Order: sequence, then C-alpha cells, then structure tokens
Amino acid sequence: MAKSSSQLKDEILKRRSQPKEPAAPVTDESDLARLRKSQPRFRGLEAGHRACQGCGEALAARLVTEAAGPDVILTNATGCLEVFTTPWPQSAWRLPWIHSLFENSAAIASGVEAALKAQGRATKVIAMGGDGGTFDIGFQALSGMLERQHNVLYVCYDNEAYMNTGIQRSGSTPHAAMTTTSPPGKERMGKRHLKKDLLSIIAAHHIPYAASASVAYPADIRRKVRRAVSITGPTFLLIHSPCPLGWGFDSERTIELARLAVQTGLFPLVELERGEITGVMPIRKPRPVADYLKIQNRFRHLFVEDPRALKEREHLQALADHNIDQYGLAGEGADPLDADGADTVRRGGLVD
Amino acid sequence: MLHALEGSQAIAQAVALCRPGVVAAYPITPQTHIVENISKLVADGKLKCEFVSVESEFSAASVALGAAATGSRAYTASSSQGILLMAEVLFNIAGLRLPMVLTCANRAIGAPINIWNDHQDSMTVRDSGWIQLFCADNQEAVDTTIQAFRIAERLELPVMVCMDGFVLTHTLEVVDLPSAEQVDSYLPPFTFANKLDPRRPLSLGTLVGPEYYSESRHSLHRALQKSIPEIVAADKDWKKLTGRSAGGLLTVEGPKDAKTAILAMGSVVSTLCEANEVLAPKRKTKLIKLRAFRPFPVEALVQVCEGLTELIVVDRAFSPGQGGILGTEVRSALAGMKKKPTIKNFAIGLGGRDIPLETITHLLDAAKEQEEGDFAILDVELNKLPPEDR
Repeated sequence: MAKSSSQLKDEILKRRSQPKEPAAPVTDESDLARLRKSQPRFRGLEAGHRACQGCGEALAARLVTEAAGPDVILTNATGCLEVFTTPWPQSAWRLPWIHSLFENSAAIASGVEAALKAQGRATKVIAMGGDGGTFDIGFQALSGMLERQHNVLYVCYDNEAYMNTGIQRSGSTPHAAMTTTSPPGKERMGKRHLKKDLLSIIAAHHIPYAASASVAYPADIRRKVRRAVSITGPTFLLIHSPCPLGWGFDSERTIELARLAVQTGLFPLVELERGEITGVMPIRKPRPVADYLKIQNRFRHLFVEDPRALKEREHLQALADHNIDQYGLAGEGADPLDADGADTVRRGGLVD
Repeated sequence: MLHALEGSQAIAQAVALCRPGVVAAYPITPQTHIVENISKLVADGKLKCEFVSVESEFSAASVALGAAATGSRAYTASSSQGILLMAEVLFNIAGLRLPMVLTCANRAIGAPINIWNDHQDSMTVRDSGWIQLFCADNQEAVDTTIQAFRIAERLELPVMVCMDGFVLTHTLEVVDLPSAEQVDSYLPPFTFANKLDPRRPLSLGTLVGPEYYSESRHSLHRALQKSIPEIVAADKDWKKLTGRSAGGLLTVEGPKDAKTAILAMGSVVSTLCEANEVLAPKRKTKLIKLRAFRPFPVEALVQVCEGLTELIVVDRAFSPGQGGILGTEVRSALAGMKKKPTIKNFAIGLGGRDIPLETITHLLDAAKEQEEGDFAILDVELNKLPPEDR
C-alpha cells in the first residue's frame, strides 16, 4: 500500500529528530573508489545534450531515469527530448533507448515488454513522450497499452504545447494560453478550449498506479518513479515540465514557475490507484493564479486593460479553485511534504 | 506432410513453425483468419509466444517493431486500409533495419470501400524499404513465409509476404507443411546484434541530419539490392531441404520459343497458366511469374525477356494519372535492352473483379490494339459509367 502523506510526514519528522552519523573521512584512493561506488546515483541521461537552458523536460527525464535505475529500456516519442538527446552520431543516453515515431511510444514499449516477457527478462520498460505525443497523437496507443496491462511505466513530460515544432497548441495547453496556433487577437484570447484532464482519463483505465508530479519537486518525482517501477502492470506519470522558450520566462525561473503551478492549484499533484485518489500534495497557502500567469509571456495578453482579460483571469482562478476543491488540496497547517515544504532546503532542523 | 488447409490456416501453421516470440495483430478482412488461427494455436498451447491483440494496425506494426528491436522474432499480418495505416511504421521498421515478417493479404483500397482482392495496398508501400515477395498459390505462401524469416534475419531487413486476399487466404488447398525439424534446421534461433539491452545500451532511431541522412538511405538501398542473392539462396536451400522451390526471383512457364510473354504477380499467374494450357495453346505464350517485386530483379528479368517481341504486363493496381505500377517498372527495367520487346500494360481484376480463364485471350487480343506506352483497365465496363467518365 502507498503511504499516505501524513504517514510519510511522521516518518520524515522521526528521521530528522535522530542524530546523524558523521560521514567517514576519505583517506585514500580505494576509499574514494568505494565511496563513489556506494553513491546511489545512476545517471541515465548524461550532461552535454542540447536542451535549452532551464529545460524542464531535460531535468525531468534525468530525474526519472536516475530513480528508475540501470535495468531499464526506454522508448521515446518524437519531440524535443528525442531531438536534443540524440543528434547522430551522439547520444546522451546511458540506457538502451529507442525512438520510432511521434504517436507510437506506448505501442513500441508494448512490443519491447512483450519481447522481454517472451525472453523471460525482468528489465523494466519506460515509455516517454511529450504532451503532444501523449494527450493528442499518441493517445490511442497509450490507451491500448494501458488496457492490455503491459508492464510499462509511461512518463509524459508535460510542457503544455508542441514545443519541438515551434510552440503550437496541444490538448494540454491551458485555457487562454498564447501559442503560435492560439494567438490572441481581436477575436480571440489565446486558446479557447480547456486543458484536457488526461489523468482522469488514464485513471478510468483502472491501472494500478497513476500520478502527476512536477520538476519543482525532485524527491516527489523520485518517490513516484520508484513506486511506479516497483509495480507489475501499467503505470503512468504526468510531469509538469516548464519550457522557458515556449512559455516565455527567464530560464533560471523554471523551478519557481513549476512550484507556482502547483501552489496555485493549476497543476495538482495527485496519486491514483485503480482509479481512486490515494494521495495528494497539500497546498499550504494557495497562491493567486495571477502570480503564476503574470511572469509568463504566454499569458501576457491577460494583463492588459481589457474586460475579456479580466474575465479569462477569473476563469483560470476558478479552474484552480475547482482543482483544490476536487482533489482536497487545501493543507492543514505546515507540512514538510506540502507544496511549500517539499524539496526545500532547510537548515537547523525541523520546519515550523 | 500433406494437409487440406485454408490459405490462412496454412500461413498460421507456417508462422508457428518459425517459433515467433511476439505476434501482434489487428483484425481486417481478409487477413482475419490468419490471426484467428494463430491466436487459437496460442490458446491451445501449441505456439508459445506473446500474442498482442492491439487497438490498431498502427500499433500492430509498432509492437512488432519494438519486439524485433528487443531481439524477438516478430510477426504481423494485415490488408488494405490496415497496410496504409501502418505505412508510417513500415518505413520506420525498414529505416531502423529491423528484421520481421508481415503477411499482406492483398486487398483493394477505398474509396469506394471494397474488401476484395487486388494489389493496391502493397504497391502503395513499395517504397518503404521492405522486401516484397508475391505468392501465386498457398504452397508458395507457406514456403515463402518460412523463407522470409531467414531472409529478414540474415539481412536485417523486413519482409512482406504478399498473398491475394480471399483468392488464396480463404481457399482450401492441399498444402505440404514442413516438419518442425525441417524448419528448425533451416531457420536458426533469432539473434539480433543491435537489440535493446541494458548491458549494452544503444540508442536506436536517433535524429540524423543532412550530413548523414543520404548515407543512411544509400545503405538501405544497397541492402535491398544485395538481398537478391539472399532471396535466391533461401529458395535454393529450401528446395534442397523440401524438394520445392517457391519461385526464386521469378519463374517462366510455357513454350520456350514463344515470342510473346505475359508477366504478372500473385494468384492471377496460376489462372493464366491454366488458361494458357486450356484456351490458348496455339498462341504460344510464355508466362513470367514475378515473385520478387522489391528488390526488383532487373537482371533476371532482362535475361528471360531476351528474344521476346511482345511483353504484356498485368497489373493488379495502378497509379491514377499515370498507369500500371508493375508496367511502369518493367518498362524502366527493360529500357536498356538492345532488342527489347514492345511492352503492353493492363490492369485486371481490380477490387475482386473476377478473372475468368478467357481473360488470356482478351489480353492477347487487346495487346495487339494497344499503342506502345499506353495503359488500360482491361475488364472495365464503360457502359456502366456516365458518358463524361468513359
């Protein structure tokens, strides 16, 4: 069973109250070698790839592969991740990796998994795709993979538009966001439609585990990946991955942006088992959506003197409030694992 | 051993004899009986493999792709619209140089929707980089299926075995099925050097820019060209083992001194052969049965066309606004011959239009009338069309 957030909170508080053992001093080379060996960190995606500065997807992919470990085969839909990691003759992957097409990452993964099963190999399969390859064009293959119960973790790096082709709207683009195919103008205020509620659709497949995560919370991603790969059967992870270029913000603000998306309630972090919600990351003090929207160019048309702009801002606030309400995200006081506490650097012991 | 089997049953048995690791399929008429029979073999425990019943042909090809890349012998089958839906994946499989086998139960393409036989489906993906072998009867289809795995795996190229929908897939014929020992001795277990394996992590399907793309395409082209001797050898070895040839690159039947020949692919060859013996023995016609369409065996074709004055190419598909696809390719292949025959080109039997024995005399007569370079649908009934469409 998954640990509830309150159980985890208790565990963390208990662990923090215990005195730490001092690290053994490094004395000679063999010690150093041993120390290196004992490092749990495995890197599936190496540095030196060609992602933009501040790319949320690159960070997410590194965290996912790190947590999943070396006995993994990756399938990758066409998109930024495929392009910036494998310009022939180079590759940034330390894991076996295959890219076939835009819309078949889940089907390729199904085939890989079937072959592993036929060969009696226990290697875990992780299928990856962006939101275009998952919400839209690869959706059918994904649904089929889940329905057939393939033992695959599907990870969607959600940056909310077709970034690889130059920022076009996808089924995941939030309402009112500007993209090159949902531009604001006299007749329009950005994207007219809502962000597809993919997680609910995934949950309706009643798979063992589905969750959303955010690059702002690496420890949460790691925990969810480990949980997902420990399960036999289809699992799904939706990772909010800001795109500085596509959203229009300075590349050093990726984490800040991602945190705000969670703290406003616009991108709820939830866990579902067999379709039932079994965990959420509480929001200690919900931030107004304007705090998140106003620092991104894709929403700048919502901050001009225009009654339509105000209406759309209110609409987005209502969507965030609805999420908080629907998933019960409102926190009950300070929690080291809530949207304010998780993955923050704390010195001097317990948080208040 | 001899068995009276429906074509699809025979193919299912042949596939099972090849011990595939993964079979992925989506139903489409007239391919359905093949995958139904395979799934029954799996359900009965007679075939140990992962049978993946996917949600589309697109995923069928993709699952097979993933399985082959992971080092399993992979198989799928489809037809018509299914082949077209797979098209993007088919190009990808060949470009990735992944060995696998696909049976195409040949069927027309809509609109108008039509479930009956012609060759428009496999012709439409002729440029995908797959080896395409056409079968004239069910025995050939069985033997070609087994040979296809060997060819595919030796060359790291995918092979499409084309057999006419209904005409072959749904027809009961006596078929000699090889024994498991025979097939095992002919087809070693599949090993794939570039398989996905954490112990030796490779990146497959990387982004290739202008500085390497031409080279990649060139090597695929060379691989297809170089597959010609492998196709010949696979058939020769099969003959040594079973006493049967499945037709090599092409075969010629009929009187040796005939100056006229008809060239065709698939089951129509069997019909024309019989018609030639029964109805047109006096007209001295050879029949050239083309088995390998990709790679196109130019040299072998030129050789058998020496001494011919007239060559009638029978197409079961065509390119609207241009003409017969096979006809065009034969014209191009023979263009360099010093004394080349005049080449006539007709499409027949589109969308399952019946091809009776009399077709042979119609063909020979119509050829006399046709201008060099022309193309026509032989059995079109213009009186069914409004005047402006005739």
